[in-house]
Formats: sequence, structure tokens, C-alpha cells
Amino acid sequence: MNTLTMGEVAARTLADEMRRDGRIWVLGEDVQAGGIFQQYKGLFQEFGGLRVVNTPIAESTIMGAGLGAALVGTRPVIEMRIADFVMPAIDELVNQIAKVRYMFGGQARASVVVRVPHGLHPGSAAQHSQVIEGWFVNVPGLVVAAPSTALDLAGLLRTAVRSDDPVVFFEPKALFRTPADMPDDWPAIAFGKAARRMAGDDITIVSWAQAMPAACEAGQALAADGVGVDLFDLRTLWPWDEEAILASAARTGRVLVVQEGVGAAGFGAEVASTVAEKATGLKGLKRLTSPRIPVPFAPTLEEACFIRPGAIAEAARALLRR
Amino acid sequence: MSSPPMTADHLADLYRRMKTIRVFEDTCVAAHKAGEIPGYIHSSAGQEAVPVGVCSALETRDRITSTHRGHGHGLAKGADLQGMMLELYGRVGGLCGGKGGSMHVADFSVGMLGANGIVAGGIPIAVGAAQGLRLMGSDAVVACFFGDGAVNRGPFLEGLNWAAVYNLPVLFVCEDNTFSAFTHSATTTAGPGPLARAESCGVPGERIDGNDVIAIRAAAAQMVRAMRAGGGPRFLWCKTYRFSGHVSVDPAAYRSQEDLDAALKRDPLLVARGRLAAAGVAAAAVDGVDAAVEAEIARVQAVARSAPFPPPPEAFTDVQDIGSPAMGLTAPEAVR
Repeated sequence: MNTLTMGEVAARTLADEMRRDGRIWVLGEDVQAGGIFQQYKGLFQEFGGLRVVNTPIAESTIMGAGLGAALVGTRPVIEMRIADFVMPAIDELVNQIAKVRYMFGGQARASVVVRVPHGLHPGSAAQHSQVIEGWFVNVPGLVVAAPSTALDLAGLLRTAVRSDDPVVFFEPKALFRTPADMPDDWPAIAFGKAARRMAGDDITIVSWAQAMPAACEAGQALAADGVGVDLFDLRTLWPWDEEAILASAARTGRVLVVQEGVGAAGFGAEVASTVAEKATGLKGLKRLTSPRIPVPFAPTLEEACFIRPGAIAEAARALLRR
Repeated sequence: MSSPPMTADHLADLYRRMKTIRVFEDTCVAAHKAGEIPGYIHSSAGQEAVPVGVCSALETRDRITSTHRGHGHGLAKGADLQGMMLELYGRVGGLCGGKGGSMHVADFSVGMLGANGIVAGGIPIAVGAAQGLRLMGSDAVVACFFGDGAVNRGPFLEGLNWAAVYNLPVLFVCEDNTFSAFTHSATTTAGPGPLARAESCGVPGERIDGNDVIAIRAAAAQMVRAMRAGGGPRFLWCKTYRFSGHVSVDPAAYRSQEDLDAALKRDPLLVARGRLAAAGVAAAAVDGVDAAVEAEIARVQAVARSAPFPPPPEAFTDVQDIGSPAMGLTAPEAVR
């Protein structure tokens, strides 16, 4: 057992994979310095400047060059710094990377991992704090991962860099410095399998990414009151573990979806609508999300966007009264 | 010029390639107007000297990126003629299995990394391909075709800067056909032109007659040699003229008949015929090339007309492996 931060785990995992496969390389801003969350620490020293490439602040070309390099047989890891900076590169991701295999009739594969630190980050305001992973679930061709723990990040990152599909890999930026007790082995984790964080028969709580710590805390508080909480961390959003959630919903009859970020057309809406369409014997269904406002700066305003454990527990109790 | 002089046979081959593109596109535009080809066609008639000249200076292992007007780039790089016709017809056996159509023709087997529906979309891909090829230990170069409209988009600057910073073997080919969609590019472009923009990033280049396949070939060959020797990116500004409208349904009412008539006198096929005559090739021999090309295009069109459309389930293949439609993750239920 080792205590490591999520950033250290990320760097060690990618180093492992780069040792295994010489086609893997990294491009992005400041990656030779280890990246802003130190998630690439030590890679430049080990692999050199051809495989750890510091780029201009030119998001379109960071993304597009990653694609071009994939089309000639390399396996780029494209660092986007934070989710908000994907927007200048949206053409290259959505029009190009997601579609080359399909529109060229299978001649090409965009085997890239697009790494996107995301999530609310205190004091970061409207252009450095967005949560937008749901957008990419709407794009055919993309795989979307959004782990919340260091061990999941390691296992899913392995799967992502080994995958021939393009993977948009959201990483919880507020959690990069959180220490974790890590086992000796961090094996690859299959996409589309949720992690059951708590088991219970009274209510299903579904969450992912940076909302997970609050969901876990709420789950513990509910459990202390004798509530049986079935708590799931989806870990990947496309594919997502519909089967596990529907099976749990069939047992509990009550489903609470907790999503950091704007609720309207967010991924929580996909989960909730699927449950509404397919779950049997449903007695209650609710989403808890951020409001549809840009992320504000002042702490008193920003608070509106965070999903706190108290609100989750309260929403769960309201569902249990139905 | 360090290139060896062209033989009449080489010249005739370049002419044949240009003529093939012309007849292919004219045939497809007519087939589209007749309702045989779905969607629309962006014809490159009048611009054939650029792809043929540049690609004749490339090897098969070299790559190209293209534009929404990409049939000529593909055919010049050696893309399969029958496969391209089938693709435009949306039929089985098309280069992209009928999933791409005119705007996404690609033939990776000859290094043609795809046409592109987004203006300037191929530029970041080209610089990345060059970077990837270097990482793989290849000496291949990448030619990146784009139009005069693309030079006003951000990825153009990003790509020039990128190629220069990493000293990548990318040949930027500005195929300046005078128009950005329905608008004269001169009315929407500041400064002295694309070459000055390249030079501002330290990318050397040349402005050239985009209707003279020999001049283009010679310039491209010299640039490719320099790039393969580690000289970094180069820029070729080819001034030409789009004979047709932006798309097959555009009558191009925004330009004068005088302008078009002047351009038609500089038709790259006529220029090449002049070169052939000067090389001692009889006009009757060139007419023979024309007839052979027309017969070949008629043959591939006949095949395309009788080929089947892809079966509907094909719509669900080649999306992705993980989370593919076949995995049943189709909530809400897809209409099948």
C-alpha cells in the first residue's frame, strides 16, 4: 500500500503504458513541466522531447495534430489543460476525431486519448470551472470516461490508451492533489462498468466525477440513519452501465441522480430518462444538478453550483417519503 | 531548376491525370443534376494543375490532406477511380463504403488522408501527420492542400507556426481559386496575400502560376527535396481560377462573364496542350488521350450506376468499438 496523489497515480500509469508501447506520446501545453496538475511529472525526463511535446497555446492544432499523428499510426495522448479549453478545439474533436473512422468507411482510426481536467474549482469562475462531459456523450464515435478516484483513473486510463477508439477522458481537477492509498497493482478497468460504492435496498444514488465525494458523504450519513443506500459511481458515461442502474432501480424503486454541472440536457438527464423509460416499479426519480447559470466567482455566488452532501441527503430523504 | 527536363511521355501522363479529374468531375456534376448522385458536388474544374503538379512530386508513402473540393487531390495521389465514382454514387464498393460521399473521399492506401468538409480542417491534421511520421522514423513528407478561404481561419496560422516550430516536412499548398464560396477572396482578405503570412512564420515559399502543371511540379519537387533533407516546411501559393460555382447548384452569378472568359483562356488543360505541342506531341495524339479518358470514366460510371446501395444495417458499423450501436446502448431506442 502506497499513499499517492491522484496526479502522481496518473503520471505513473501513463509512464507504464509509454514503456509498454513506443507509439504512445503526449502533446499539450506545459507537459514537459509535468502539466498544471503534475499529472505528467517525470515523463519528459524519462521519454524525452519527441514523446513529451510542449505545444504552443493552440488548442485547435493540439487536437488536430493529435489526430493527424494517429492517422499515420502513432497513439497520441492529447492534453487539453482544462475542459473550458476544449472549445477552441471542438471542430477537431467533434467534426474530425469522432468521425474519421465512420466517414472514411473504416479506413482510418483516431486512436487518441483526449485528457480533459474538468469540474468546479473554487474561485475559477465562468471560463475555468465548467463541467461539460455530457456534451460529448451526444457525439457518436466518442468514448467518454469520467473517473472520480485514483485507482479508477489509473485503470480507465490504461484502457483508454490501449483502445483504438477515441476516448475523451475527463479527470476531476479538484481531486488531483487528494492523497489515496493505492494497492500494488492498478489493472486496466473495462469501460461501461459502474463501481458500487455502497450497497443497500432503499434508494439508488447515481453519480460520477467530482460529485462523488459528496455523494459518498451523504450516503454515509443516510446509512448512519439506517437507510440502505445503493450508491453507484458510473466511471464512464459512454458506454455507461445502464444494466447495473436499472437492476438497482428495480430493487429500490427510488433513484437519485447527482450531477455536478448544468442539469438541462446534462448527462443526468440521460440517466433519469433511461430509468423513467425502462425501470419497473419506480416510486420516485429525481435529479440534483447545478443550476443553469455560468459559474460565478464570489464564494457566496459560486456556492449555488456545488452539490453538497446535505442537499444530497435531503433529496434522498424526500424521495424515501414517496 | 535542378529537375531533369520532362519527357513528352511524362508530360502526356500529367495531362492525362488532369484530364481524368476534369472529365470525372464534369461527369459527376451532370449525374448530380440528373438526380443520379445525391447531395452536391464541389467541382475543382480549372484547378487540376495544382494537385497533379504537386502529387507528381510525391512518393506513395507521402501523405496529403485535402479540402471539400477534394476529388482532384485524391485522384492525383492515386486514389482508385472506380472506388471514387462508387463513393460519389453512394454505392457498395465506394472508397468509404458510401458513408462519406463527395466531401469525404479518402484513400488511405495511397496516403490520401481524406477530403474535409471544414475549411482549413486538413491543416492541423497535416502537421500532426508529419509529426507522427517523424516519431515513427519515416522520411515521408505531407502535402496539405487548402484554398484561399482557409488562410483567414485560425488553424492556418496555428499550422504554419506549428510546422515551423517543430521543423516539420509539410508542404503547404494554397490552391487559390479566387473565391471563398460565393465571395471574391480579395474582398475578405487583408494584406499582400498568403505567402506573406507564411513568411511571417519563417516558412519560405513561392507564388506560382497555378494553371501550369510543369511549373508547379518543378517547384514542388524542389521543395519536397528540401523538406526530405530536413529543411522544414515550405509554402506554395498557386494562383488559379474556379470555373464552376461553389457547388454544383451554384450558378456563380456573382462573377462577370468577362472574368470567366479570361480564365477559360488560361484553362490548365489548354496550357498543358501548349506544352505538349511545344514538346512535339501531335494534337491528334492528345485527342487520343482525351478519348481514352472519356471512355474510362464512362466505364466506371456505368459500373457505379449498376452497383447496389449499401444495405441499411451498414449505417451502424464503424461508429466505434467501445459503446458501439451494436452493444445495445441505444437509449432512447434507436429507430431501426
